[in-house]
Amino acid sequence: MIHCKNLSKSFRRARVLDGIDLDIPLGERIALIGSNGAGKTTLIRCLLGEYTHEGTVTIDGRSPRKERTAVLGSIGFVPQLPPPLKMPVGQLIEFSASLSGADPQQIDAIAARLGLDVTDIRSRPFIRLSGGMKQKLLIAIALGRDAKLLIMDEPAANLDPEARKIFFDLLAERQQSATMIISSHRIDEVAALVNRVIEMDLGKVVLDDKVADDVSLSGRYTCRLVSRRVDAALAKTLATWNFTADADGLVWTGEVAGPDRLRFMGMLSRYIALIGDLALHEAGQ
Amino acid sequence: MKQLWLTARLDIVESLRARWFMIYTAVFGGIVALLFLFGLTESRVLGFIGLSRLLVTYIQLTMAILPIFVLITTVRSVAGDREAGVFEYLLSLPVSLGAWFWGKILGRYLVVFAPVFLAMLAAVLIALVKEIEVPWGMFGYYTALLATMAACFLGIGMLISAVARTTDMAQGAAFMTWLVLLLFLDLILLGVMIQGRVAPEVAVAIALANPLQVFRTAALALFDPQLIVLGPAAYVILDAFGVLGYKIFALAYPTALGLLAAALGYFIFRRGDLP
Repeated sequence: MIHCKNLSKSFRRARVLDGIDLDIPLGERIALIGSNGAGKTTLIRCLLGEYTHEGTVTIDGRSPRKERTAVLGSIGFVPQLPPPLKMPVGQLIEFSASLSGADPQQIDAIAARLGLDVTDIRSRPFIRLSGGMKQKLLIAIALGRDAKLLIMDEPAANLDPEARKIFFDLLAERQQSATMIISSHRIDEVAALVNRVIEMDLGKVVLDDKVADDVSLSGRYTCRLVSRRVDAALAKTLATWNFTADADGLVWTGEVAGPDRLRFMGMLSRYIALIGDLALHEAGQ
Repeated sequence: MKQLWLTARLDIVESLRARWFMIYTAVFGGIVALLFLFGLTESRVLGFIGLSRLLVTYIQLTMAILPIFVLITTVRSVAGDREAGVFEYLLSLPVSLGAWFWGKILGRYLVVFAPVFLAMLAAVLIALVKEIEVPWGMFGYYTALLATMAACFLGIGMLISAVARTTDMAQGAAFMTWLVLLLFLDLILLGVMIQGRVAPEVAVAIALANPLQVFRTAALALFDPQLIVLGPAAYVILDAFGVLGYKIFALAYPTALGLLAAALGYFIFRRGDLP
């Protein structure tokens, strides 16, 4: 699917990518990690044909630079920072759907699954949406077409737990038919989403390893949590994860998406002194 | 072709919502309103009365404002979009670079030309309502001159946007370009020639190469064929070309210059890093 041979990129004298060799077959889910300046964004931009470079990059045997429309037609991209577009949401959907030959209703449907009703915001300028709404819309545009390669830069960073859960489901549906590259600063943000980790540092690949994870993207965990006392902050946080409490407000139950369990535990660690009992079971086990 | 129109439409929608467009429209609409308000249609200069006087004043003011406005807003929005990540996202969609670049120019061209033309058209419509005589020949030529002016400076603006990597650099380069063109207007040329440091042929060549001077001479030649109000450089040029020849040159040369600058900009844009 993706083949990079001796890929290098320099900005003036700074070498940002330094002889990258990569082969990524169809169906792999890659976590592209590394600190700021490691070369993740530059690599992504080379894959999108946006940067000139030394060496070769091909996607399905085609150069993304020389055969832009053919290659980009099969790539769905979610940027880390939403672009400050003034155009109305409806026109952005129409524009991207027209260019990529997608059905705008499919984009609307995915946005609706993520909890974003496009009908209400169709005439609103994209730039006026909240961070979460922008992210949901960009994900819907990327997933709303028949993309063989999904390149996502911190895609779930602005999503609430419920939307993250649905986002993982959407990725699970594409698992067999698409290659995914998910970029992040931190491995714990994306570890549960991927089956291969590529770590970059100073423009080089310093780690390329498979990830063993028995939990599927669409897996669920049921959770029961007992709080020692009623606490407003904990209650508010658990409510954002769609947990419900008993009449006393002490016993909380809910469901956590498999790939999100690490994040959930991280959140709970902030309230560890309040937690009297905690049970987490894989749903259906 | 579909990609080109989609990109042009996108740029039009983006521009119509931008603050610069509102100011730009208000400035040209305001000029026409003020000219009517101050009774320019009733004043008499060089034997001209009625709408021709207003049109001459309007085209002179437009010549002073439009080039810098088009240059600055073009480079600001194009270089600004690149810096803000708009290019990174929109160019990740399957659009050809040719359709993207020329579609952007087409959309932007319509947006910068429409307000100046519509303001002039409004003046004509008001004149018709007030039963003031409309000089249709002058209106037609000024429309063509405005269209040429917009194309010329838009092309130069797109070239600067393709070369400059930051908004600050692009704005600085656009301002310097305008300043250099302004410095080589007739008055400066006259001064240089008087000092005798430059051969008259060179001064004339500079005046012919400077699109600002070309527009100025062409606009004035319409109501002042003897070029009494112009300096010697413009007089020599007009003597060599004739009125009609110069009028054609004033439309053809800046258009070619704008297209050439845009083509060079496209060549640079296509070969370099996009975002």
